[in-house]
Amino acid sequence: MTVSPTLIAHLGLILVVFVALQISAAVLVYMERKVAALIQQRYGPYLVGPRGLLQPLADIIKLIFKEELRPRSADTLLFYAAPVLAATAAFAAFAVVPFGAETTLFGLLDEPIALAVADVNVGLLVIFAITSMGVYGIVLAGWASNSKYSLLGGLRSSAQMISYELSYGLSFAAVIMMAGSLSLREIVDGQEGYWFGVIPRWYLFLQPVGFLVYLIAGVAETNRAPFDFPEAEQELVAGYHTEYSSMSFALFFLAEYINMVTVSAVAVDLFLGGWHGPFPLPAGFEWIWFLAKVFVLLFFYIWMRWTLPRYRYDQLMAFGWKVLLPVAVLNLLVTAYLVLLGGW
Amino acid sequence: MESVFFWVFATVAVAASLLVIGQRNPMHSVMLLIVSFCALSGLYVLLEAPFIAVIQIIIYAGAIMVLFLFVVMLLNVPTEEAPTGYHARLLGGAGPRRFGAVLSVVLVLELAWALSTMRGTPLPGDAVAPTVREIGIRLFREHGFAFEATSVLILVAMVGAIILARREK
Amino acid sequence: MEPTLNSYLVLSAVLFSIGTAGVFLRRNLITILLSVEIMLNAVNLTFVAADRYLQSADGQIIAFFVITVAAAEAAVGLAIVIALFRHKETLSPDAFTSLKW
Repeated sequence: MTVSPTLIAHLGLILVVFVALQISAAVLVYMERKVAALIQQRYGPYLVGPRGLLQPLADIIKLIFKEELRPRSADTLLFYAAPVLAATAAFAAFAVVPFGAETTLFGLLDEPIALAVADVNVGLLVIFAITSMGVYGIVLAGWASNSKYSLLGGLRSSAQMISYELSYGLSFAAVIMMAGSLSLREIVDGQEGYWFGVIPRWYLFLQPVGFLVYLIAGVAETNRAPFDFPEAEQELVAGYHTEYSSMSFALFFLAEYINMVTVSAVAVDLFLGGWHGPFPLPAGFEWIWFLAKVFVLLFFYIWMRWTLPRYRYDQLMAFGWKVLLPVAVLNLLVTAYLVLLGGW
Repeated sequence: MESVFFWVFATVAVAASLLVIGQRNPMHSVMLLIVSFCALSGLYVLLEAPFIAVIQIIIYAGAIMVLFLFVVMLLNVPTEEAPTGYHARLLGGAGPRRFGAVLSVVLVLELAWALSTMRGTPLPGDAVAPTVREIGIRLFREHGFAFEATSVLILVAMVGAIILARREK
Repeated sequence: MEPTLNSYLVLSAVLFSIGTAGVFLRRNLITILLSVEIMLNAVNLTFVAADRYLQSADGQIIAFFVITVAAAEAAVGLAIVIALFRHKETLSPDAFTSLKW
């Protein structure tokens, strides 16, 4: 394998995505606390650094210096493997999400490369596959801690995730039918342009129900409010990550935030037009639109958490199976009908 | 390059499968089987079958193994004690165990003999991976009946599983 | 050495034998079911390897059906294991020797 500029560009992309995900997790930590504070009419972090901007750094330093505890009767291998599995699945899912148009990196490369770590043509299925692997981190954490709060939290959390995975997949399926391809890049390319010069050709307008189903299922998949009963502080101590401290806990937190970023990024690619924006940016910078849209969705996530009350576990499961799944199936049927007969 | 990947995935798959049947903690067995499935999925990608590779992860490693994991956790399956003494040797133990061990060895030898009569046929070099679209078209046109029958089968399995696992009132 | 069709078939044979050995040698119902899954996977590998050699998509379709049927069989098998465990509190197949309880 010769070392070509393209190879270096690919390796650089991997590094960039990895670092960007971690930075976005840190930004999310700050954003969550600041937005929560503003919603609750208080100041939030303001001591560390100007306007509290260095708060994530302080959090990380604190977590690094904490003592790493492990219950004596915990299964050692699985206890330490669980957070690693959760974080790995979170990072790996982002590997097939494209975040920018094809670019030659300002003429440095001979041929344009796609701005994604890997541009596979079954991209959506890969994301679905890796999301289903993320369940293992949680269920193993619950089991390996050998404590009743953790076990209950882990079982409930994983049952919730696998229930909402169905609606999650069905909401993709409708978009796949309309776009005719499983590759995220082609789906974004199909959303270029405008109708009547004004309304962008986003799948959001063609699939409003699908978008809603996707968002709800996505929030439930990432175990965030209002579906965060399994890790709610008031109910279960802390659910599956009760017995974890220091860096293992940090890995779970990281995994949760990066899952949020991945769900938002896939939503932007599928429904909100990816990197196409109202006015075209200079070539090589389209990812700025992508980033802006992802942050809007992340703000929406945080807003939901601090505004809505939490669902009780049986209400959550009943909603997932009895309401969301039939709606997703109906959406798919109607889309199939329209694509087949209406020729959309 | 391809041979490196093949050997890595093949070794991981075989080692993980051996550990699944060899070691005694059932929770570890389930996790090792998941590792084996992921290695097999890598082999499917090498064989230009990305659709089956992803389907294997979604269904086998992502759903079936979660089912096994839940059952292991809910039944609190105990770790098997190590067999001691006479029963510890592979060819010792009760009649069936001896017979089973001999049968497995015979199976391996037979399969190895059958495969050795085949010369090493290289895989066609310029294979074009069937796209998901082609697979879908063939699945729904030629094998449509089998597809519908499979969905009825899954429904029957769901109903059966719920009834079998229900507590007697 | 490029992997030939033979190498995939040998690998599949080895995995199938490991699965068979597991079914014979393990005294735990769940591990027996896991060994059956190993066997089914080995068969899938054979189908996909032959599919690549013959350049058709049929092998992948058969593998898809095998995976689906394996899912149904695992669900029912585990339900049976749960029912058996509830009766006798043990998972050793040697305990279930009577046809009726």
